[in-house]
Amino acid sequence: MAIEVRIPTILRTYTDGAKQVEGTGSTLDELITDLEQRHGGLRDRLVDHGGLRRFVNVYLNDEDVRFLAGLETPVKDGDTVTVLPAVAGGNR
Amino acid sequence: MLSISRKLHDQIVAHARADHPDEACGVLAGPAGRDRPERFIAMMNAARSPTFYEFDSTEHFRVWREMEDRDEEPVVIYHSHTATEAYPSRTDISYANEPGAHYVLVSTRDESRTEFRSYRILDGKVTEEPVTVVE
Repeated sequence: MAIEVRIPTILRTYTDGAKQVEGTGSTLDELITDLEQRHGGLRDRLVDHGGLRRFVNVYLNDEDVRFLAGLETPVKDGDTVTVLPAVAGGNR
Repeated sequence: MLSISRKLHDQIVAHARADHPDEACGVLAGPAGRDRPERFIAMMNAARSPTFYEFDSTEHFRVWREMEDRDEEPVVIYHSHTATEAYPSRTDISYANEPGAHYVLVSTRDESRTEFRSYRILDGKVTEEPVTVVE
């Protein structure tokens, strides 16, 4: 059993089109590092020098990890992590 | 091309007018793969701003999960501009992350006339498309 990671359409170029991949780790940060081994370039779409990218939403099961511990959020086998790019914009 | 019912068109316009001068935003869901908007979902603008919009992240998750359960997809993602034209801005283009969606822009800058236009935004490139409102 691993951690299921649901990938949004625009990031499926990193997963050969897969909408779901698996990974391991005890924190979100470790999980992302693990995914990067098999899906190179994915980490950079999720994380920048400040932590999780501002306009990328990551959820552990049903909760936005920003309300948990961000990249340090503990994860475990059987969890589902979902990535959704933010829907946003403005007049400029 | 975007084909949209009069009812859904008017729901979007009413939402934009109601939230003016803040930007309004939302989704039209439809059966996956059919390019047919059917269900109106007004979303909260978590930025509550006259110059920026952002879906609330928890609501975004809930709505996306619900669409998946119903075998739907976001056919239209709409938002309003309240003082500028109904054309995608630089930020609109940067954050257009649903390649299959029609991006509808509404402008409420003129009280007597609401502009309603639709676009595809792919790899940073904007292409306007005609809108057909079906009575």
